[in-house]
Amino acid sequence: MAFPLHSYAVGREKVREYARAVGETDPLHLDLEAARAAGHPDLVAPPMFAVVYAGAAFERAMREPELRIDLAMLLHSGQEFEWGELVIAGDEIATRIELADVSERLGMRFYAFTSVSTNQRGEQVCRGTWTVLVRPRA
Amino acid sequence: MSELESGSELPRLAVTPDRYVTYRYAGASGDFNPIHLDDEFARSVGLPGRILHGLYTMALIARAQTEAAGGPGRLKRLAVQFRGPALPEHEITVSSSVTEQRDGRAIVTATATQQGKAVVRGATAELEL
Repeated sequence: MAFPLHSYAVGREKVREYARAVGETDPLHLDLEAARAAGHPDLVAPPMFAVVYAGAAFERAMREPELRIDLAMLLHSGQEFEWGELVIAGDEIATRIELADVSERLGMRFYAFTSVSTNQRGEQVCRGTWTVLVRPRA
Repeated sequence: MSELESGSELPRLAVTPDRYVTYRYAGASGDFNPIHLDDEFARSVGLPGRILHGLYTMALIARAQTEAAGGPGRLKRLAVQFRGPALPEHEITVSSSVTEQRDGRAIVTATATQQGKAVVRGATAELEL
Protein backbone atom coordinates (compact mmCIF):
# COMPACT_ATOMS: atom_id res chain seq x y z
CA MET A 1 0.00 0.00 0.00
CA ALA A 2 1.39 3.42 -0.98
CA PHE A 3 0.36 6.85 0.30
CA PRO A 4 0.44 10.35 -1.20
CA LEU A 5 3.77 12.18 -1.34
CA HIS A 6 4.20 14.33 1.75
CA SER A 7 5.90 17.74 1.37
CA TYR A 8 7.50 19.55 4.27
CA ALA A 9 9.13 23.01 4.31
CA VAL A 10 11.90 23.07 6.94
CA GLY A 11 11.60 26.23 9.05
CA ARG A 12 14.47 27.74 11.03
CA GLU A 13 12.43 28.08 14.24
CA LYS A 14 11.11 24.52 13.89
CA VAL A 15 14.69 23.27 13.77
CA ARG A 16 15.44 25.26 16.94
CA GLU A 17 12.27 24.05 18.67
CA TYR A 18 13.05 20.42 17.88
CA ALA A 19 16.73 20.75 18.83
CA ARG A 20 15.79 22.25 22.20
CA ALA A 21 13.13 19.61 22.89
CA VAL A 22 15.72 16.82 22.63
CA GLY A 23 18.48 18.73 24.44
CA GLU A 24 20.81 19.40 21.50
CA THR A 25 23.50 21.97 22.28
CA ASP A 26 25.45 21.90 18.99
CA PRO A 27 25.38 25.52 17.74
CA LEU A 28 24.84 24.25 14.16
CA HIS A 29 21.21 23.61 15.20
CA LEU A 30 20.68 26.78 17.22
CA ASP A 31 22.97 29.61 16.17
CA LEU A 32 22.61 30.97 12.64
CA GLU A 33 26.02 32.64 12.63
CA ALA A 34 27.72 29.46 13.77
CA ALA A 35 25.94 27.44 11.07
CA ARG A 36 26.94 29.97 8.41
CA ALA A 37 30.51 30.12 9.69
CA ALA A 38 30.64 26.35 9.22
CA GLY A 39 29.61 26.76 5.60
CA HIS A 40 25.87 26.03 5.81
CA PRO A 41 23.32 28.45 4.36
CA ASP A 42 21.09 28.20 7.46
CA LEU A 43 20.56 26.13 10.63
CA VAL A 44 21.33 22.42 10.27
CA ALA A 45 18.56 20.03 11.39
CA PRO A 46 19.65 17.28 13.82
CA PRO A 47 19.53 13.86 12.11
CA MET A 48 16.52 12.80 14.18
CA PHE A 49 14.58 15.79 12.79
CA ALA A 50 13.56 13.10 10.28
CA VAL A 51 10.72 12.38 12.70
CA VAL A 52 9.32 15.82 11.85
CA TYR A 53 9.51 15.85 8.05
CA ALA A 54 8.89 12.11 7.55
CA GLY A 55 6.92 11.50 10.77
CA ALA A 56 3.90 13.36 9.47
CA ALA A 57 3.77 10.98 6.51
CA PHE A 58 4.05 8.05 8.93
CA GLU A 59 1.28 9.44 11.16
CA ARG A 60 -0.99 9.84 8.17
CA ALA A 61 -0.25 6.33 6.94
CA MET A 62 -1.11 4.82 10.34
CA ARG A 63 -4.43 6.66 10.33
CA GLU A 64 -5.39 5.24 6.95
CA PRO A 65 -8.90 3.93 7.69
CA GLU A 66 -8.40 0.86 5.54
CA LEU A 67 -5.61 -0.37 7.85
CA ARG A 68 -7.90 -0.15 10.91
CA ILE A 69 -4.96 0.28 13.29
CA ASP A 70 -6.12 0.60 16.92
CA LEU A 71 -3.98 3.66 17.71
CA ALA A 72 -4.61 3.58 21.46
CA MET A 73 -3.03 0.11 21.66
CA LEU A 74 -0.15 0.95 19.37
CA LEU A 75 3.45 0.97 20.54
CA HIS A 76 6.46 1.96 18.53
CA SER A 77 8.63 -1.15 18.53
CA GLY A 78 11.52 -0.29 16.23
CA GLN A 79 13.00 2.43 14.12
CA GLU A 80 15.81 2.70 11.64
CA PHE A 81 17.12 5.74 9.79
CA GLU A 82 19.84 6.03 7.19
CA TRP A 83 20.93 9.56 6.43
CA GLY A 84 22.27 11.14 3.25
CA GLU A 85 22.60 14.88 2.67
CA LEU A 86 22.15 17.15 5.69
CA VAL A 87 18.78 18.87 6.04
CA ILE A 88 19.06 22.66 6.28
CA ALA A 89 16.39 25.21 7.24
CA GLY A 90 14.82 26.39 3.98
CA ASP A 91 14.88 22.92 2.43
CA GLU A 92 11.73 21.41 0.93
CA ILE A 93 11.58 17.73 1.80
CA ALA A 94 9.34 15.27 -0.03
CA THR A 95 8.62 11.93 1.65
CA ARG A 96 7.21 8.84 0.07
CA ILE A 97 6.00 6.22 2.57
CA GLU A 98 4.72 2.74 1.99
CA LEU A 99 3.42 -0.14 4.06
CA ALA A 100 6.15 -2.75 3.67
CA ASP A 101 4.95 -5.60 5.88
CA VAL A 102 2.16 -6.75 8.19
CA SER A 103 2.63 -9.79 10.43
CA GLU A 104 1.07 -11.36 13.50
CA ARG A 105 2.98 -12.78 16.44
CA LEU A 106 2.00 -13.61 20.01
CA GLY A 107 -1.45 -12.14 19.45
CA MET A 108 0.01 -8.81 18.38
CA ARG A 109 0.00 -7.23 14.94
CA PHE A 110 3.18 -5.74 13.56
CA TYR A 111 3.26 -3.14 10.82
CA ALA A 112 6.44 -1.98 9.06
CA PHE A 113 6.46 1.18 6.97
CA THR A 114 9.37 2.43 4.88
CA SER A 115 9.94 6.06 3.98
CA VAL A 116 12.26 7.77 1.52
CA SER A 117 12.81 11.52 1.83
CA THR A 118 14.49 13.73 -0.73
CA ASN A 119 15.30 17.44 -0.80
CA GLN A 120 14.46 20.05 -3.45
CA ARG A 121 17.53 19.01 -5.47
CA GLY A 122 16.37 15.40 -5.55
CA GLU A 123 19.11 14.27 -3.14
CA GLN A 124 18.14 11.57 -0.67
CA VAL A 125 18.28 12.91 2.89
CA CYS A 126 16.81 9.99 4.80
CA ARG A 127 15.48 6.50 4.49
CA GLY A 128 13.38 5.21 7.38
CA THR A 129 11.88 1.94 8.55
CA TRP A 130 9.12 2.43 11.11
CA THR A 131 7.86 -0.62 13.01
CA VAL A 132 4.84 -0.54 15.30
CA LEU A 133 2.96 -3.20 17.21
CA VAL A 134 -0.68 -3.18 18.16
CA ARG A 135 -1.62 -4.97 21.38
CA PRO A 136 -5.00 -6.69 21.58
CA ARG A 137 -7.56 -4.99 23.82
CA ALA A 138 -8.08 -6.87 27.08
CA MET B 1 39.65 9.86 15.16
CA SER B 2 41.30 7.64 17.69
CA GLU B 3 38.34 7.71 20.11
CA LEU B 4 36.27 5.83 17.51
CA GLU B 5 38.64 2.86 17.43
CA SER B 6 37.28 -0.62 17.79
CA GLY B 7 36.71 -1.49 21.43
CA SER B 8 36.52 2.10 22.67
CA GLU B 9 33.64 3.47 24.70
CA LEU B 10 32.02 6.74 23.63
CA PRO B 11 31.29 9.33 26.33
CA ARG B 12 28.24 8.27 28.33
CA LEU B 13 25.22 10.58 28.05
CA ALA B 14 23.03 10.98 31.14
CA VAL B 15 19.76 12.92 30.94
CA THR B 16 16.92 13.25 33.42
CA PRO B 17 13.89 14.23 31.32
CA ASP B 18 11.82 16.73 33.30
CA ARG B 19 8.12 16.31 34.05
CA TYR B 20 7.01 18.30 30.99
CA VAL B 21 9.39 16.95 28.38
CA THR B 22 6.73 14.84 26.66
CA TYR B 23 4.62 17.97 26.03
CA ARG B 24 7.54 19.87 24.51
CA TYR B 25 8.52 16.84 22.46
CA ALA B 26 4.93 16.36 21.28
CA GLY B 27 4.85 19.96 20.07
CA ALA B 28 8.25 19.70 18.43
CA SER B 29 7.61 16.34 16.76
CA GLY B 30 3.87 16.50 16.09
CA ASP B 31 3.21 13.21 17.94
CA PHE B 32 0.31 13.91 20.31
CA ASN B 33 -0.58 10.31 21.16
CA PRO B 34 -2.25 10.60 24.63
CA ILE B 35 -0.10 7.78 26.05
CA HIS B 36 2.61 10.46 26.22
CA LEU B 37 0.43 13.29 27.57
CA ASP B 38 -2.29 11.92 29.84
CA ASP B 39 -1.51 9.73 32.88
CA GLU B 40 -5.08 8.53 33.26
CA PHE B 41 -5.35 7.55 29.60
CA ALA B 42 -1.96 5.83 29.69
CA ARG B 43 -3.01 3.74 32.73
CA SER B 44 -6.31 2.87 31.06
CA VAL B 45 -4.36 1.13 28.30
CA GLY B 46 -2.11 -0.77 30.72
CA LEU B 47 0.90 1.51 30.95
CA PRO B 48 2.43 2.67 34.25
CA GLY B 49 1.58 6.29 33.40
CA ARG B 50 2.60 8.77 30.73
CA ILE B 51 5.60 7.37 28.88
CA LEU B 52 8.33 9.10 26.92
CA HIS B 53 8.13 9.02 23.14
CA GLY B 54 10.36 6.22 21.90
CA LEU B 55 11.72 8.57 19.29
CA TYR B 56 12.74 11.00 22.05
CA THR B 57 14.86 8.27 23.62
CA MET B 58 16.23 7.48 20.16
CA ALA B 59 17.13 11.18 19.79
CA LEU B 60 19.17 10.93 23.00
CA ILE B 61 21.02 7.95 21.53
CA ALA B 62 21.58 9.92 18.31
CA ARG B 63 22.90 12.89 20.30
CA ALA B 64 25.38 10.68 22.16
CA GLN B 65 26.69 9.61 18.74
CA THR B 66 26.87 13.01 17.05
CA GLU B 67 28.53 14.60 20.10
CA ALA B 68 31.16 11.88 20.13
CA ALA B 69 31.71 11.81 16.37
CA GLY B 70 31.99 15.54 15.79
CA GLY B 71 28.69 16.77 14.39
CA PRO B 72 25.33 15.88 12.86
CA GLY B 73 26.76 14.93 9.46
CA ARG B 74 28.74 12.04 10.96
CA LEU B 75 25.74 9.93 11.91
CA LYS B 76 24.86 7.90 8.81
CA ARG B 77 22.62 5.21 10.25
CA LEU B 78 20.85 4.39 13.51
CA ALA B 79 18.60 1.40 14.20
CA VAL B 80 16.87 0.73 17.52
CA GLN B 81 14.38 -1.66 19.07
CA PHE B 82 12.29 -0.24 21.89
CA ARG B 83 12.32 -2.76 24.75
CA GLY B 84 10.05 -1.13 27.27
CA PRO B 85 8.45 2.15 28.20
CA ALA B 86 10.64 4.95 29.59
CA LEU B 87 9.24 7.47 32.04
CA PRO B 88 9.72 11.18 32.69
CA GLU B 89 11.65 12.32 35.79
CA HIS B 90 13.98 9.31 35.89
CA GLU B 91 17.51 9.41 34.59
CA ILE B 92 18.27 7.79 31.23
CA THR B 93 21.85 6.85 30.46
CA VAL B 94 23.16 6.08 27.00
CA SER B 95 26.25 3.86 26.76
CA SER B 96 27.91 3.30 23.40
CA SER B 97 30.86 1.22 22.33
CA VAL B 98 32.63 0.86 19.00
CA THR B 99 32.49 -2.74 17.83
CA GLU B 100 34.48 -2.34 14.62
CA GLN B 101 35.58 -0.03 11.83
CA ARG B 102 34.41 -0.88 8.34
CA ASP B 103 34.41 1.02 5.02
CA GLY B 104 35.31 4.35 6.61
CA ARG B 105 32.71 4.02 9.32
CA ALA B 106 32.75 3.16 13.00
CA ILE B 107 30.04 0.65 13.93
CA VAL B 108 28.67 1.38 17.39
CA THR B 109 26.39 -0.59 19.69
CA ALA B 110 24.40 1.49 22.15
CA THR B 111 22.06 0.89 25.07
CA ALA B 112 19.68 3.29 26.82
CA THR B 113 19.00 2.37 30.43
CA GLN B 114 16.51 3.70 32.97
CA GLN B 115 16.10 2.49 36.56
CA GLY B 116 18.35 -0.47 35.83
CA LYS B 117 16.33 -1.63 32.83
CA ALA B 118 17.32 -1.36 29.18
CA VAL B 119 14.66 0.69 27.40
CA VAL B 120 16.66 0.37 24.18
CA ARG B 121 19.18 -2.44 23.82
CA GLY B 122 21.34 -3.41 20.89
CA ALA B 123 20.96 -0.13 19.04
CA THR B 124 23.37 0.05 16.11
CA ALA B 125 24.88 3.28 14.84
CA GLU B 126 27.22 3.94 11.94
CA LEU B 127 29.50 6.96 12.24
CA GLU B 128 31.54 8.39 9.42
CA LEU B 129 35.21 8.56 10.34
